[in-house]
Amino acid sequence: MKLTPEQKLLPEEILKDLDQYRPRRKGWTWRQPAAENDAEIGPFKYQQVSESLKKSIPLPAAKSFGGIDPQPDCVITSEIASGRFEDDLRRMRMVAWHGADHIMVIRTAGQSHFDGLIEGTPEGIGGVPISRKQVRATRKALDLIEDEVGRPLNFHSYISGVAGPEIAVLFAEEGVNGAHQDPQYNVLYRNVNMYRSFVDAAVAKKLMLSADILQIDGAHNANATAREAWKVMPELLVQHAINCRYSELVGMPRENIALSTVPPTAPPAPAIRIDLPYTVALRQLFKDFKMRAQMNTKYMESCTREVTVTHTLNLLLSRLTSADIQSTITPDEGRNVPWHYNSVHAVNTARQSLVGLDGIKEMVHLNMEGELGHKVRELKERAVLFLEETLETGGYFAAVDQGFFVDSGFYPERNGDGIKRDPAGGVASDSIVPRDEDYYAPVCHHFGYNNLPDSPAEHSSPCAPIDGCTLCRPEKIVYIDELDPEDNAAKRLEESKPYRNEALKPEAEWAGDGIVTMTLLLPVSADMAEYGALDMARRMNLEDIEVINIQQMHPSEGTLVEMKGRAGFSLDPNEIEIPHKEVPLSEDEIRQAVEKRPLTVVAGTVGEDEHSVGMREILDIKHGGLEGFGISCHYLGTSVPVEKMVDAAVELAADAILISTIITHNDAHRQSMRKLNQVSREKGLRDKLILIAGGTQVTNEMAMDEGLDRGFGRGTKGLDVASFLVKKMDMVDTSRES
Amino acid sequence: MKREDDFQQRRSTVKDLSDEQLEKRFWELTDQVVSPLCELAKGHTSPSIERSVLLRMGFSSLEAKQIVQNCSKYGLLGKGAGHVVLRFAQKRNLPYREAGLILAEGREWDQAAAIFGKEGPA
Repeated sequence: MKLTPEQKLLPEEILKDLDQYRPRRKGWTWRQPAAENDAEIGPFKYQQVSESLKKSIPLPAAKSFGGIDPQPDCVITSEIASGRFEDDLRRMRMVAWHGADHIMVIRTAGQSHFDGLIEGTPEGIGGVPISRKQVRATRKALDLIEDEVGRPLNFHSYISGVAGPEIAVLFAEEGVNGAHQDPQYNVLYRNVNMYRSFVDAAVAKKLMLSADILQIDGAHNANATAREAWKVMPELLVQHAINCRYSELVGMPRENIALSTVPPTAPPAPAIRIDLPYTVALRQLFKDFKMRAQMNTKYMESCTREVTVTHTLNLLLSRLTSADIQSTITPDEGRNVPWHYNSVHAVNTARQSLVGLDGIKEMVHLNMEGELGHKVRELKERAVLFLEETLETGGYFAAVDQGFFVDSGFYPERNGDGIKRDPAGGVASDSIVPRDEDYYAPVCHHFGYNNLPDSPAEHSSPCAPIDGCTLCRPEKIVYIDELDPEDNAAKRLEESKPYRNEALKPEAEWAGDGIVTMTLLLPVSADMAEYGALDMARRMNLEDIEVINIQQMHPSEGTLVEMKGRAGFSLDPNEIEIPHKEVPLSEDEIRQAVEKRPLTVVAGTVGEDEHSVGMREILDIKHGGLEGFGISCHYLGTSVPVEKMVDAAVELAADAILISTIITHNDAHRQSMRKLNQVSREKGLRDKLILIAGGTQVTNEMAMDEGLDRGFGRGTKGLDVASFLVKKMDMVDTSRES
Repeated sequence: MKREDDFQQRRSTVKDLSDEQLEKRFWELTDQVVSPLCELAKGHTSPSIERSVLLRMGFSSLEAKQIVQNCSKYGLLGKGAGHVVLRFAQKRNLPYREAGLILAEGREWDQAAAIFGKEGPA
């Protein structure tokens, strides 16, 4: 099975023969740095890029730079989990095409407390139930996608909750490449018994090590939880250290241990001045560990623009310091479970900012002499004091019992609002058991005391007495397909099949969900705008309407309302009329025609329009413009009156007039086009001149409506215009159109 | 507990340390916090750990769950669930997978417990 860009990924194909599927590799993959130091990509040199992708969709502005798509040096994460993994697979493909290579699958609500493995593919809430089938199908899909884009994709989920060791076995067996694992997360945020959490974690970590799974910790959650998140910085250093050192004691090398760090504030706080010292302190204290730079979610409201700016500042921190993995948060997370295109937007915010900040440290140095150095030192001192008091109190468990953690005081300040957990309480309390002297586990990669038999033959490997464990002999893995005959992927795929084939509907997260958004500015107060907007959406026949963002423009002058709803109809794709696309003549054909019959054009921007870049590109020889085909071009400049254009055409005996018009205010673009036609007619020249208009908002239909011969919109090249002129002048055979 | 920020007084123990010494102290203290946690883990097991052993032995999650539940019931978790299956298989002279399936069905646990000197549920 192989994916081609024109073909959709079929979840049904992925699910086929899944019981036979084995992952083709295990372990985490970092990006390969570009071969040379100053990597040349298009017209530029880069210092912080990795190997380019085989297939990708560049940033929108790449058009102006020859379509280049430089890929940052660090791994980029996309967090994906809509509740239906079969729909997530298609989103994974979308984000991979935009440069994500770390696919983090969020678990369904409540899996932390599920005592065992989930099997099959039930629908999840705010995430997907992580099961063997789901994991294997996702890995299989990612294997295909990575072949398509030409870069390994890391698959990631969570090894936490009361089934950590089992999930770790599952992940090691199925080639999952990265996972969150941090017993403190269980204790603080999931109220899992603390003894159980740490005992389980050691076994889970050892299993992760067996498959070279990268570990990410859970400390960043304190940022999202603490009442005043920027004050928990000293404690965060401690939380990171506890999980890092615990992992090392189990045997994990530092390069497999990543800290999940989040800049704790967001504007209007003076964010960089608070966040940068913390970012630097972390990198100094945890030198050989990996940094996973997460973005701030704590202060996310429903304005996607605001969120994107905060995240861009987070990216500035990553480039001013370092990041091995750059995580992304979708701009709509404050509104809903993230949607397809917002996952792509989030990846692009990272890609765009990281590439834009390429090599900044060559030009900008952090000044450690002043406030920055002072604050870095202070954070470290406060963290050391936190550890001292933890030990004085009786150690980690006692400190949690006394509410040391996630207290919103700037330690040693304490506000008494930390998370307190009873060492004897929590989920799965009283569930650990001492290992007896004859405790024995006949398997590989088992952490802790193990009374292995001492006969030499059996000593070769701990699993020799059972003739191999599943980590050595994967054919011994027992695959369970489904347990619930109704709640499974096959049933859902049956239902969504029409929307993936025969019926076209908008889609935000699931095939056929019909979700559309609508943006309105209503010139009234917020209250009235909200209810007015709902009424308007109802009149547009949208269903399940909700306001997802509302922002005052002024208390009485206007309110911005963004809403979502569902379109209750679908289209038959076969009945959609797609206007035929012209195939331009080849460059040689055009040159030969112009050699035989020279062409002259006059050009300029008209009306009060000073936007000349587009027109220059169409004309300029450097940009593959008309001049390059031997066409004589007379550029009259910007804001040229239409009459002057026509007069110049007469004077120069031109064959065509090209006007560029960007401004659409009061239909200025249409008016200019109309006028060009009128003036040409009044002077009796209309039949002798080819009239062409171009601009970002111009369409061919619009130009024809206004009496011109042709309109060219966004993305037009000189070749398109030259080809049209040659064809229009009947200079070549024009029968080849598709 | 509530406390004003007394950083200036408390820092007397650390303020004269060089940056290098401060970082060293940070990691030494971390070691002291973490070492007992690791010791706890070495000497204990849990239902999830034992299920993870059975998974690695080639049992399904459903089978592992049943076997571990009974191990807990009979006070055998501290022996290791995989150990219990192996010893039961030896006693019954069966391949361990077959023996494990008998236990997963909830059968013959008294015999399994007897191997370890236990009589009936704990």
